[in-house]
Amino acid sequence: MISYLARRVAIVLVSLFGASVVVFAVLGILPGSPAQVILGTQATPQAVRQLSAQLGTNKPLWVQYLHWAHGLLLGQLGRSYVSQQPIGPQIARALTVTGPLVLFALVIGALVALPLGLGAALYNGKVSGTFLGALSQVGIAVPTFVGGILLIIVFAVALPVFPSSGFPGWSQPGQALRSLVLPAITLGLVEGAILSRYVRASVLDQLHSDYLRTARSKGLSRAQALWHHGMRNAMVPLVTVLGLELAALIVGAIIVENVFSLPGVGQLLLNAVDNRDLLVVQDIVILVAAVVLVINLLVDLSYHLLDPRVRDEGQR
Amino acid sequence: MTLLSVRDLTVSAPGGLALVDGVSLDIEKGERVGLIGESGSGKSLTALAVMGLLGEELKATGHVFFGNEDLFAASERRRCQLRGDAISMIFQEPMMALNPTMRVGKQVGETLRIHRGLGRRAAARAAVDLLGRVELPDPQRCAMMYPHELSGGQRQRVMMAIAISCDPDVVLADEPTTALDVTVQRRVLELLDRLVAEEHCALLLITHDLAVVSEMCDRVVTMYGGRVVEVGPAARMLTSPAHPYTEALLETSLAVSVDAPSDGVLPAIAGSVPAAGAFPTGCPFRDRCPRRTEACEVTPPLAGDGTHAVACWWPIAQPVAGTSTR
Amino acid sequence: MTVVVVEAAGARSRAGLWRWARNPSAVVGGTLVGLVVLTALVSLVWTPYPPLAVDPSHTLARPSWAHLFGTDEYGRDVLSRVMAGSRISLYAGVVSVLVATAVGVPAGLLAAERGGIPAQVVLRLSDILYAFPALLAAITLSAALGASTTTAMLAIGIAFIPVFVRVTRSNALVVLGSDYVLAARAYGRRPLAILRRHVLPNIATTVIAQMSLLFSLAILAEAGLDYLGLGTTPPTASWGNMIETGQTYLSQDPLLSVWPGIAIFVAVLGFTLLGEGIAELRNARLGRSA
Repeated sequence: MISYLARRVAIVLVSLFGASVVVFAVLGILPGSPAQVILGTQATPQAVRQLSAQLGTNKPLWVQYLHWAHGLLLGQLGRSYVSQQPIGPQIARALTVTGPLVLFALVIGALVALPLGLGAALYNGKVSGTFLGALSQVGIAVPTFVGGILLIIVFAVALPVFPSSGFPGWSQPGQALRSLVLPAITLGLVEGAILSRYVRASVLDQLHSDYLRTARSKGLSRAQALWHHGMRNAMVPLVTVLGLELAALIVGAIIVENVFSLPGVGQLLLNAVDNRDLLVVQDIVILVAAVVLVINLLVDLSYHLLDPRVRDEGQR
Repeated sequence: MTLLSVRDLTVSAPGGLALVDGVSLDIEKGERVGLIGESGSGKSLTALAVMGLLGEELKATGHVFFGNEDLFAASERRRCQLRGDAISMIFQEPMMALNPTMRVGKQVGETLRIHRGLGRRAAARAAVDLLGRVELPDPQRCAMMYPHELSGGQRQRVMMAIAISCDPDVVLADEPTTALDVTVQRRVLELLDRLVAEEHCALLLITHDLAVVSEMCDRVVTMYGGRVVEVGPAARMLTSPAHPYTEALLETSLAVSVDAPSDGVLPAIAGSVPAAGAFPTGCPFRDRCPRRTEACEVTPPLAGDGTHAVACWWPIAQPVAGTSTR
Repeated sequence: MTVVVVEAAGARSRAGLWRWARNPSAVVGGTLVGLVVLTALVSLVWTPYPPLAVDPSHTLARPSWAHLFGTDEYGRDVLSRVMAGSRISLYAGVVSVLVATAVGVPAGLLAAERGGIPAQVVLRLSDILYAFPALLAAITLSAALGASTTTAMLAIGIAFIPVFVRVTRSNALVVLGSDYVLAARAYGRRPLAILRRHVLPNIATTVIAQMSLLFSLAILAEAGLDYLGLGTTPPTASWGNMIETGQTYLSQDPLLSVWPGIAIFVAVLGFTLLGEGIAELRNARLGRSA
């Protein structure tokens, strides 16, 4: 188990290193130096040179990369080229919006996906099962931003129950929560629809398994057999999906924050792209990539807790 | 007294194709019946239909009487009460049939918890006893293991422990040794033989190994193409079979040396079992039968005296018209 | 003899058509995809109005017989713009899926056939890419190259590569482990010939089903990028940027965002269902339950 864990962590670290090189290289090919961008086209070459030296962007790319990577490892994300503000606190502040949004959405997604998928599997082949399956199919095809706009039209424009955009800050917890409701529902519904497909497939697999038949031959009812024998086995693929969902939610949040003008990580990233604030873009992209990789790692490890067969393979 | 009586059982696939076609068979109290035939002859489906565990896409009609009770008319609740208690089943693939994520002891004790209302502790203790009865070494330790940590033979012993845990009246064993190594097949069967004797329960043994049937069973039922083609006392059928198909099965099992894998291929019979739906009209065996005549285009009824019946126009005891006149 | 063979082939293709016709996912998906493709083709030669024609006297008009979907803030005909937008979505779908297939499938085959270090390299690279969800990759790339349809397609295509690597490799491994490939090897067939003759035909349906599913995801992602202002930029009509501008006028004319939203929904649903239909038909042919 330890050697397996070490190997998996090593793979994540290698991937993370690779990802950081890719991000740095892609953003490094940008024409025009950051100093030029900051000072505008009117700036004198001397001023640009001076600022470049100050920012460290006149050094060779590999030196700049090492400097950046070193900072990341120490938890120092640097200062924005544009606002000159330290980036770490900005991201931390944005996370107080994005974090609750994603968690809220994850809960809603699970509440949508489990009953929907379970129902579609149990009533598979019947009209009700087909209807539930079709419902999730429809949910998948609605893009988050369209879903969000529809919710705004209904619950903010037609019936002004929730705010259509903006975030008052956590100093007003009630208002803050209220402004997260529509975004979280948007995100949760769409991701829940996707997740429900996997729940359905996973439960169907269990329903057709030989050991479920054995359980029934012992005298358990269909529901009992599924609950006692199917669930744990159904959990294994579901954990993967839940992990992927979490990753998808983080990315989905980028769009949803834009729909509802929430000052989260997504908006920070998009503003940085607009302002060509490259260091902020670099930092956020690599952090999101790191989160995705770590989620994948955790999913892998959770197999070992849930499936004794995989657990033993890992020991070997 | 007839314990289990199957009457006109038909199992059909979606689209109406009959996979099991009008099967009737009886099992007396404490009797051991061998159900033989190649893969695809409908043996397993018959057993699953008796259990009421056919997949949803398959439809079963007819009657299955357990004592005086028609199981096909019984509520699902009632059927659950009988399953695992009065009627239990041993499946072909113990690796697939056991839950990979549940400890063996828990899987064995589960039946007792459902039907005898045992608590967690009592069920665990009973499970260890049962694992001892099926001759697993160190049952205490085995109970804490997962199925993949056991060998194939050991897994099938676990399956048997589950099947006998509630002193059933009848055990349906669906090719219990087919998936096992040849070397352990014998010992697993000996165990089954002993357990059934100790429990005084009836046995329906599905197999294509006639040597096993001759040792363990009182009566034999031969199935082919979803139908019963011959039924009779084991001693008689396995020495002088009346149906050409039973004879062919017999010749094959004599021809095949003891240690050859029994994979259901019968070299002594011309051709192979057709796919479901591809059986000829009339006698299902006629395409492969050396004794066929034009008469075989009409389905032969299952006919005979009270103990031995055969569905064949030209059973082996009688000369075939046309060849005898020569 | 020849007659029999021809008849058999005819019967088989008829049976194939019949299976298609009875698979609801394939039928509905195929119809919706057909509708979108047809719209795109028609829009090449005809739209009710030129999609870029401004009419200052009829801005934000409600739907009427003259403008079935109404007009936008510049008085442009929304129906014409939705029709023209279908071209961008299909174009983005085709290019990004082709990019992903062209790189992912050969890489997956290489990883399956070679094993060892080449496989490790391919899989690690694919893991790295996998850490960048399509949208994140696209945001990074458009930060570097500037917003355009091409950037968006390229980024989405690159982000989908790992999916094809995984699907191809796992399916190819199954085929490569089969007895007939072993036999072909024993006869001394070269690896490339084995890949072409045995592996590719066997994984083709799975790859095509995957292509259809990813096509729908590509349409979603491209529309998302356009919505965020990182893909196709106005005045060119794309469903995503129409929704973005429509959101500004939500209180005046909510329908402005809804029409392109419906268009995306139809296209995505169509390609998802088609992909699932193909996969179901394949599974049915192999005798597996869906």
